[in-house]
Amino acid sequence: MPAVQETVERVKRIDVDQYRYGFETLIESDKAPKGLSEETVKFISEKKNEPAWMLQWRLEAYRRWLTMTEPTWARVDYPKIDFQDLYYYAAPKPKKTVSSLDEIDPEILKTYEKLGIPLREVAMLEGVEPKPGEEDPARRKIAVDAVFDSVSVATTFKAELKKAGVIFMPISEAIREHPELVQKYLGSVVPTSDNFYATLNSAVFSDGSFVYVPPGVRCPMELSTYFRINERNTGQFERTLIIADKGSYVSYLEGCTAPQRDENQLHAAVVELVAHDDAEIKYSTVQNWYPGNSEGKGGIYNFVTKRGDCRGDRSKISWTQVETGSAITWKYPSCILRGDNSSGEFYSIAISNGFQQVDSGTKMIHLGKNTSSRIISKGIAAGKSQNTYRGLVTAHRKATGARNFTACDSLLIGDKCGAHTVPYIEAKNSSATFEHEATTSKISEDVLFYCIQRGLSQEEAVGLVVNGFVKDVLQQLPMEFAVEAQKLISISLEGSVG
Amino acid sequence: MALLEVKDLKVRVEEREILHGLTLTVNEGEIHAIMGPNGSGKSTLSHVIAGKPGYEVTDGQILFMGEDLLEMAPEERAAKGVFLAFQYPVEIPGVTTMNFLRTALNAQRKARGETELMVPDFLKKVREVSKSLNIPQDMLKRGVNVGFSGGEKKRNEVLQMALFEPSLCILDEMDSGLDIDALRIAADGVNALHSPKRAMVVITHYQRLLNYIVPDFVHVMSKGRVVKSGAKDLALELEESGYAQYEDA
Repeated sequence: MPAVQETVERVKRIDVDQYRYGFETLIESDKAPKGLSEETVKFISEKKNEPAWMLQWRLEAYRRWLTMTEPTWARVDYPKIDFQDLYYYAAPKPKKTVSSLDEIDPEILKTYEKLGIPLREVAMLEGVEPKPGEEDPARRKIAVDAVFDSVSVATTFKAELKKAGVIFMPISEAIREHPELVQKYLGSVVPTSDNFYATLNSAVFSDGSFVYVPPGVRCPMELSTYFRINERNTGQFERTLIIADKGSYVSYLEGCTAPQRDENQLHAAVVELVAHDDAEIKYSTVQNWYPGNSEGKGGIYNFVTKRGDCRGDRSKISWTQVETGSAITWKYPSCILRGDNSSGEFYSIAISNGFQQVDSGTKMIHLGKNTSSRIISKGIAAGKSQNTYRGLVTAHRKATGARNFTACDSLLIGDKCGAHTVPYIEAKNSSATFEHEATTSKISEDVLFYCIQRGLSQEEAVGLVVNGFVKDVLQQLPMEFAVEAQKLISISLEGSVG
Repeated sequence: MALLEVKDLKVRVEEREILHGLTLTVNEGEIHAIMGPNGSGKSTLSHVIAGKPGYEVTDGQILFMGEDLLEMAPEERAAKGVFLAFQYPVEIPGVTTMNFLRTALNAQRKARGETELMVPDFLKKVREVSKSLNIPQDMLKRGVNVGFSGGEKKRNEVLQMALFEPSLCILDEMDSGLDIDALRIAADGVNALHSPKRAMVVITHYQRLLNYIVPDFVHVMSKGRVVKSGAKDLALELEESGYAQYEDA
């Protein structure tokens, strides 16, 4: 069945609020006391059996956070968040230490089933045609580190990864088992003092993923994590740290869904990537958190700091994101091009509908010689949403031969939405070559009518045109993610016309 | 029963009446030419039959195989067998022609309660059809009409007509923007698709096209009405005397 039609069928199956993942799992949970204080920070650290240095690190961040103020420069508008009115930690109450899938609460597994997540190892990907002569079953596997609310409940494929020497585990475990790596790298890309939300995250982060790929190793499978926010009024603070040592390669997929809620939920994650000499990290995200209902009530506030450090020469970091959810998105996955001849990429599709507000983009910071970066951003605004691309490209005085190409395209659906492009470009040496292209267009009535005359419904027509518009970026996603993303795009634009 | 019956059709666009009571009957397998000067309402008629938004039907009716066409959504009309070949086919960047054809064909099949064509069956069908129309395969891999020449765009319309197998084809000014060779190729395609079951309504400004597509009937439109109908000779007559005599009719 063609993806577009399958999408339309799915759209028909979902409820009025258009949110398929709006269900709640009834399990007991273990919460920190409401509000934020040194006590909360200590509570979290204790729950995680953390060593003293980690608690110290958190407390320093907390004290720093007290002196900071919320940034207001983004083009987003929301009521003031009462940080004392939130819970900062919620974990499903474990009966005992989990060592295999069979021991996990069946309710949790059911939740993942509803989400269609291949938690079990048998869920090798199906339907992806391997190219002749290129059959490599390992490449088609995905290791899932599932984060249920704040605790990683299961990590699959661990054994196989271990054989390759790859460390892939919840960061809480890594803090205990690989303290030397965590201490060396945590906060080295996004320091605890970086920004209001990153500092908050540093104080109260609950869990997340940790990846270390040793020198010369090509990670034998795609690594994947699925986040899900479940507890009412729980801010979720994920912390992800990925290190690719010299000459290694890793591809990491992050998928996010959250159940439907009335209250706004705060999410402030931090992702740090470190690529050493000749290493490559590919980080892909599909985000479809609850965007709020048709009146603009509810939805996730997503304030994320994602940054990659191309620390070594000839290293490469590539961000690909498909953002369709959240009421507020504040997100700028960035690359610091420190090593000579390093390169950074940012491919983005940001879709806003209803009352969603998106302020997203990237920073490419050229520090090394002959560094290059590429930015392809596709923004789609529908309904009464506001969609802003905000990007910074900067070349340091010593970054000779820096090159950047930026293309920002915006597509408007209807006449009550807005698309904005805010590029900042700074070249501090004369040998830098920066190119910037931007377009804004509307889906024309003529194009829609052409498709409809050929038998497509209005929604199918919009889905088709939009998928064409974002094709360049979809192609950057791993195959299985691209299909999911294509469906999501159509679902999130349902009801955007007419 | 007639295939298409337009009865005393009155149509407005933004408070201005464009069609003032138009009547037209098309039977299975017939080729009708609708001629007339700019602004006589030819394209409006084609748009209203296809269901383009922005037109208000104030009076009259359109029956298609005896059913009230105006009650149907435009995509339903397509699935029932109404095909409009556009004067200016649009470009859809990033969507390959192949993907577009498959999505559209399956949408129509589904609407008719037929099973959708699986990829291998579809590919077989589209290859057969494009081969019979001399359409190169690489055109199918390009974005819909993106970077197509005028002639290629019209051939893409003919290809769709062949693939969707409509019972009524409306060709809106298909000669516009075509040189004589491209015109001949497109017209050959249309002629190849004409059958005893399939009717064609050819809307044109010039007689030229009718050298290639020979109509059974010719209708002259002026100021929102059909003012004269006749056999194919009427077109030749018009070519000589022009539309002036009908301007005040």
